[in-house]
Amino acid sequence: MDALILSRIQFGANISFHILFPTITIALGWLLLFFKLRFNATGEEGWMDAYRFFVKVFALTFALGVVSGITMSFQFGTNWPGFMEHVGNIAGPLLAYEIMTAFFLEAVFLGIMLFGFRRVPGWLHTLATFLVAFGTTMSAFWILVLNSWMHTPAGFEMRDGVAHATDWFAIVFNPSMPYRLLHMLLASGLTCAFLIAGLSAFRLLRGDRSVGVQKAMKTGVIVAAGLIPLQILAGDMHGLNTLEHQPAKVAAMEGNWETGPHVPLVLFAVPDQGARQNNYEISIPSGASLVLKHDPAGVVPGLNDFVAADGTPLHPPVAPVFYGFRVMVGTGMAMLGLSFLGVFLMIRRRKTQPHMAERLGKWPLRAFVAMTFSGWVATLAGWYVTEIGRQPWLVTGVLTTADAVADVPATMVLSTLIGYLTVYATLTIAYISVLFYLARKASNSASPVSLPEAPRSAAAAPKLLPVGVSQ
Amino acid sequence: MTFFGDPEVWLPLVFAGLMGFSILVYVVLDGFDLGVGILFAGAGSEERRDRMVASIGPFWDANETWLVLAVGILLVAFPVAHGTILTALYLPVALMLLGLILRGVAFEFRAKAPARQKWAWDVAFFGGSLLTALSQGFMLGMYIMGLEWSWMTASFAILTALCLVAGYAFIGACWLIIKTEGELQRGSVRAAQWALWGVVAGIAAVSIATPLVSPRILERWFSIPEIFVLIPLPVGSIVLVAVLAVILRHLPDATDTWSWLPFAGGTALFATAFTGLAYSFYPYVVPGDMTIYEAAAAPESLIIILVGSLFVLPVIVSYSVLAYTVFRGKASELRYD
Repeated sequence: MDALILSRIQFGANISFHILFPTITIALGWLLLFFKLRFNATGEEGWMDAYRFFVKVFALTFALGVVSGITMSFQFGTNWPGFMEHVGNIAGPLLAYEIMTAFFLEAVFLGIMLFGFRRVPGWLHTLATFLVAFGTTMSAFWILVLNSWMHTPAGFEMRDGVAHATDWFAIVFNPSMPYRLLHMLLASGLTCAFLIAGLSAFRLLRGDRSVGVQKAMKTGVIVAAGLIPLQILAGDMHGLNTLEHQPAKVAAMEGNWETGPHVPLVLFAVPDQGARQNNYEISIPSGASLVLKHDPAGVVPGLNDFVAADGTPLHPPVAPVFYGFRVMVGTGMAMLGLSFLGVFLMIRRRKTQPHMAERLGKWPLRAFVAMTFSGWVATLAGWYVTEIGRQPWLVTGVLTTADAVADVPATMVLSTLIGYLTVYATLTIAYISVLFYLARKASNSASPVSLPEAPRSAAAAPKLLPVGVSQ
Repeated sequence: MTFFGDPEVWLPLVFAGLMGFSILVYVVLDGFDLGVGILFAGAGSEERRDRMVASIGPFWDANETWLVLAVGILLVAFPVAHGTILTALYLPVALMLLGLILRGVAFEFRAKAPARQKWAWDVAFFGGSLLTALSQGFMLGMYIMGLEWSWMTASFAILTALCLVAGYAFIGACWLIIKTEGELQRGSVRAAQWALWGVVAGIAAVSIATPLVSPRILERWFSIPEIFVLIPLPVGSIVLVAVLAVILRHLPDATDTWSWLPFAGGTALFATAFTGLAYSFYPYVVPGDMTIYEAAAAPESLIIILVGSLFVLPVIVSYSVLAYTVFRGKASELRYD
């Protein structure tokens, strides 16, 4: 393999590992603030218990996000020097503002938020929690501005092959930014909601009947059920925006080869880029036209429109974009089903069952445990769709990925890649194990045996343990 | 902007100054975090290790952010140099990143993982801190050697790597003298005494090597009248080292009034050495190859960043001071509640 593909894999691995953690902390910061404010308002110890448990999750997740994020800022130089050489005048200020308005804010107040409870007045602790949540969101804002600009660049002119800013408002509010930011923030909310629900369900299955875990479970399910319809709507809007600005990406997502009306919605297929057709296709007639143009006769672009005269494809590789999109949508549908079922059960058994464990029942709780990290699956799949969908461009129409790569020997890239992958795999396993270990420890210290069902559910729980969890 | 003169002249200089300031703050602040990590190996007991971690717990994350700012300024203000320097230092950068990852996560994992796995995260904390310090010292050495790879330059870089480990251990020990008491504090004084000689060796090695490697640097230092303006730097360093050696012999004092002195002296020593180094290399950002003026980004982009940083940097400094004030005094057990 050459240095280009290895560098792409390396950057992909780094950024995939990194995004796992901010995806959780962006929303978890706000939910911790919610727990804290509920405690301040009601004085109920349960809210503070929920805060104390999830602040540990937050601290661990935040540390992983910070260290994996630092890698990114160096990788621009080590692997992609062409990026800053050509578009540094645009990317630079955006990254600088991210560091100055977000990184320091969250890093400094994190110390007070985590360890300052006894040292500062209550209002300052609440303020620190707010500022950490605000900082993580600001960080998401700036990085998504830059990422969106790479997809739909605006507000600049090229002079001698170098981009120069002409209109900062147009750069920041570039055409895809509002949709992408909204889509990502909702993804963070969903990832976090399912993490909270999953860990709480795990504790409930182990017989934990503490007030804190029930409040957390309820919060997780309701937030998930509230956000998923919004996410589907935002995803649709983002898709239409992509259709307008990056039609080749949408054609790859839909697996549509020929431009025309009445394009079917391909539910499943095995796209064959060599033969330029789909095999084993299952589709709904006129479905894609209906979804993308809201009209069965709507004309939808096909991949064959994006081929150079000599036959070189000018569209992204079809298979990863096509499959990635289906994984994301499929996970979203599972999220929709489970969170709605959760809310339905919680309402129906509200009068008859006092505890969340019985209200939700064993199988839905197990499903929530299985879906603990479903947000990661959907988020990664979505990012692969949009980023691979941008290829062969690094900045659409301005700079190709191949033109930005460093002239570093492939063996060097490969050896560091192996190093990173080893560390990332170890840390991901350690992270997941420690989260479930913390949940187990919390449920052991809560009152476990007050109800007759408790020992039975506790015995059933180990079967659900994910890989890497030791007893 | 004509009021200030040509922005293509003063903007790169301002950003080089900001970058230098960030690097210096990073070396002192995360230097003490990494130093505590390096001294971790000789802590002796779990209780002492916990106390050492507690002394840097609320700070390390913000301290590390100064590195992000420094490399960020290099990235945004001198984009071409960023690529040249980092591709030349590809392997040490990768090793440093692995070290930073291990150090940062071990911090959290050792407190949260099952007790019987704690030792493994302690090893990762020490190993990550050591690897980070070694790679940064190696990069410093290679940078001084003009980013040329050969047996000679790599040997020099290994020497600076070892000296930077000693330097971080020194400033880390100085930090522990402030934040701890009892046997841990006494041990830190002894560690600082030893590590000080590593610092001296490092400064001496760099001071001898830089003029030898580069005739340009030789001329910058040993020409008249510059030498008279510069003489305070070497003299100041020698005085600081002597004062530090004397102070450390009298610590810990009975009332613990002077425990902050070694850290202050160490910071002054680092600042002096750093100023000398910065003077040697100015105006080059890639040694002997590319000046800050050649590497600078477009003025209209730099102005946007500068205006923001004039507002934001004072705020960052003030809330950093707030955090250090909140967690002043001897380190106590780290608790979330």
